[in-house]
Amino acid sequence: MNSSTTSAGMGFLADEGPRRGLMAWLTSTDHKRIGILYLWSMLAFFMVGVGVGVLMRLVQLDTFHHLVTARTYNALFTVHGVIMIFLFVVPGLPAVFGNFFLPILIGAKDVAFPRLNLASWYFYIAGAILALLSLFTGGGAPDTGWTFYAPFSLQTGTNVTLAVFAAFVLGFSSMLTGINFITTIHRLRAPGMSWFRMPLFCWSLYSTSWIQILATPVLAITLILVMLERLFGIGIFDPTKGGDPLLYQHLFWIYSHPAVYIMILPAMGAISEIMPTFSRKPIFGYTAIAFSSMSIAGVGSLVWAHHMFTSGMSEFANMVFSLLTMIVAIPSAIKVFNWVSTLYKGSIDVQPPLFYALTFIFLFCIGGLTGVMQGALSINVHVHDTYFIVGHFHYVMFGGTGFAFFAALLYWFPKMFGRMYSKKLIIAAWFPLFVGFNMLYFGMLVLGMQGMPRRYYEHLPMFHAGHQVVTVGSWLLALGLVIYLVALIWAARKGPRAEGNPWGGVTLEWTLPSPPITENFEEIPVIDHGPYEFRKGGQHG
Amino acid sequence: MDWMTQASTSAQRSDLVFLAVLGISVLVLLIITLAMIYFVIRYSRKRHPVADQIEGSTPLEITWTVITGAIFLAIFYFGWTNFDYMRSAPRDSMVVEATGRQWSWSFKYPNGKQTGVLYAVLGKPMKVEIRSADVIHGFFVPAFRLKMDAVPGRVNTTWFEPTKLGAFDIECTVICGVSHSVMLSKVVVVSEDDFKAWYFGDESAPEPGRKALAQGSTAPPQAMDPGIKVMQANDCLSCHSLDGTPMVAPTFKGMLGRKEEILIDGKPRQVVVDEAQIRKAILDPQAQPVRGYPPSMPPYALDAKDLDAVVATIKAAK
Repeated sequence: MNSSTTSAGMGFLADEGPRRGLMAWLTSTDHKRIGILYLWSMLAFFMVGVGVGVLMRLVQLDTFHHLVTARTYNALFTVHGVIMIFLFVVPGLPAVFGNFFLPILIGAKDVAFPRLNLASWYFYIAGAILALLSLFTGGGAPDTGWTFYAPFSLQTGTNVTLAVFAAFVLGFSSMLTGINFITTIHRLRAPGMSWFRMPLFCWSLYSTSWIQILATPVLAITLILVMLERLFGIGIFDPTKGGDPLLYQHLFWIYSHPAVYIMILPAMGAISEIMPTFSRKPIFGYTAIAFSSMSIAGVGSLVWAHHMFTSGMSEFANMVFSLLTMIVAIPSAIKVFNWVSTLYKGSIDVQPPLFYALTFIFLFCIGGLTGVMQGALSINVHVHDTYFIVGHFHYVMFGGTGFAFFAALLYWFPKMFGRMYSKKLIIAAWFPLFVGFNMLYFGMLVLGMQGMPRRYYEHLPMFHAGHQVVTVGSWLLALGLVIYLVALIWAARKGPRAEGNPWGGVTLEWTLPSPPITENFEEIPVIDHGPYEFRKGGQHG
Repeated sequence: MDWMTQASTSAQRSDLVFLAVLGISVLVLLIITLAMIYFVIRYSRKRHPVADQIEGSTPLEITWTVITGAIFLAIFYFGWTNFDYMRSAPRDSMVVEATGRQWSWSFKYPNGKQTGVLYAVLGKPMKVEIRSADVIHGFFVPAFRLKMDAVPGRVNTTWFEPTKLGAFDIECTVICGVSHSVMLSKVVVVSEDDFKAWYFGDESAPEPGRKALAQGSTAPPQAMDPGIKVMQANDCLSCHSLDGTPMVAPTFKGMLGRKEEILIDGKPRQVVVDEAQIRKAILDPQAQPVRGYPPSMPPYALDAKDLDAVVATIKAAK
């Protein structure tokens, strides 16, 4: 991995164990190596997803349809959704930063089940391979959208069966990681690391893990039912056989709405680490943020049917789910206020991680507020299934989780790789990223309000100007991403060596050398104070 | 808002709710963003080298939790009241059955007349009972701010009261297959007199609002042609054009005598299209599909008179 002239001080990166080279990575049960395995594989899939997204945008400029056919376009947005959801944002921060930092942050040498941890990476890769296979075998790439709504998903001749099986396998990866993290947090905290001395990233992982364990099986069952329905016509969802298509939507969203919180909670956790470090002061309202995470996980499991306000559910059900949606927005708002208040009377050093974290707060607010708009029933009836929804969830999933991922990577990169990136290049990447992002997704919000439906190969002429702005935005965004990734890939290989604590953080990872040694701690630390007490210095000693 | 036509009573109410919520959202976003920027500048390490170790403030946290909660509940309430209105069709509404199928809409009126675009009367409420013949579709009229899914096995209803004359787009909003994005139709709002003349007229009565429809490219050129009437009733023109416009399916223009490649038992064969082939393709389209188009046309069991009319129209389209 590292072609450094000397491996001295390269910690776990230099410790290959009994095997060499690639095999040392593929067989290691070290949580840090598994985190990095996830990082590179996820970034690879992410870039594929970005490529597909840019192509989809190009199709909207291609008025004469030379580029792709309608069938291919339908396959493109399905593949884009499946890759981005199941291979990037759902595993997202837990798989990379959770794996790498959870044990370190609570003073442990590894997760509770290191082999299971490696197994979950293999489940992830197996699921990814199955998903890719589904594109080129059978009836070709699925054309249903990532939601696989019945009865269309039961009737289409495309390869839906294999694609949902891929999602099923990926679900196992997610559940196993959840089980591993919960056990780790319960059993492996260092002496003195009480629940309320844990850094907030751990709390966010804890609440996320519970959703992963409780909600993912519902998806697994639903997907198995879709497969059975397609293979044997059992008639659960097919109305011509007495089934109910709305049952599918309920089951699908009972997982897939909480899954949104699987995606965003760890992102919020990472932001809660970054804000105090660069403000040199404790996070504002630690307990409120910790409980917000848990209550988002709880109430978030009860709002699924707000994806179905136009499906013909009863008025009463619509009212209840709209009300619960407003309630789940409260803890998210509280977190935003807490992050901003953390800046108040701080001593703020705007380094790249904080810069990206502040961007996260801005974009996430737009995502959250547009979410509240759709939670209001009468607005939802107009914007549901339009570009407004697409714009909204990209603000949350990309502006939120994506930018938090970028911020977290910038924050922890020196610790993970023992090297520093070019801060100038990262700030340079920010400009096209930010401008392109808002052209792309704010443009979509406007198009959606005007009535542009999602998943349209062709659009009415009145929407063309909007599509042009949005597509140009996608080019800028892609440019920013390339600069960002090139800067980091170069830094991982050739960057100057980083110090142990480049940002002046006080949580446990900053008490270790960069990169940490294989066992993390020479000696398990004894914790005697909270995570963000800058006067007392590091949590350890 | 000129770029967003408001054409029903509900659209006006819906936009009011939207503007109110938008106002609140912009305000909240501004407060948060400006506070963030101000703090970053005011408390930069240069200006403020030592941070105050504040850990929180319970009264402040309670205050903003309560205020946020109140705002969100108010938004819920705005959304609900207008939704309640949208869900309560007046009793004197005319009831129309709308059926979505891959990839067209058809509308059936109480007296049995059937159309491919939805005719509605200015200022009169219309209740639409939405069904699907195959997969889930979405019935979306942006100018009315109205949407309801067509779910197979269920009847979903919605209603509207038009406030403007004209033709307004209907778009499908639930992915339903290869031609999802061209599953379009229109609501054509006409005056009561025009509507009645058609509605109570005999079979030859022209459909109302032709002027309004002519703005859209889907407008059939000759309303009185009996073949076109059959085509409209069966939604042929959602996929086949009469004027050579490329659509999902082969255009009728110049179809007779055109060279096409058809698939017989999966094997391509060059043929010159004749009348027999056109008849066969209507009654059993999947027997010999034309290469290069999705094999998605359902069979149409037209009676002899209708079939003759349609074939005559196709032959005439040169």
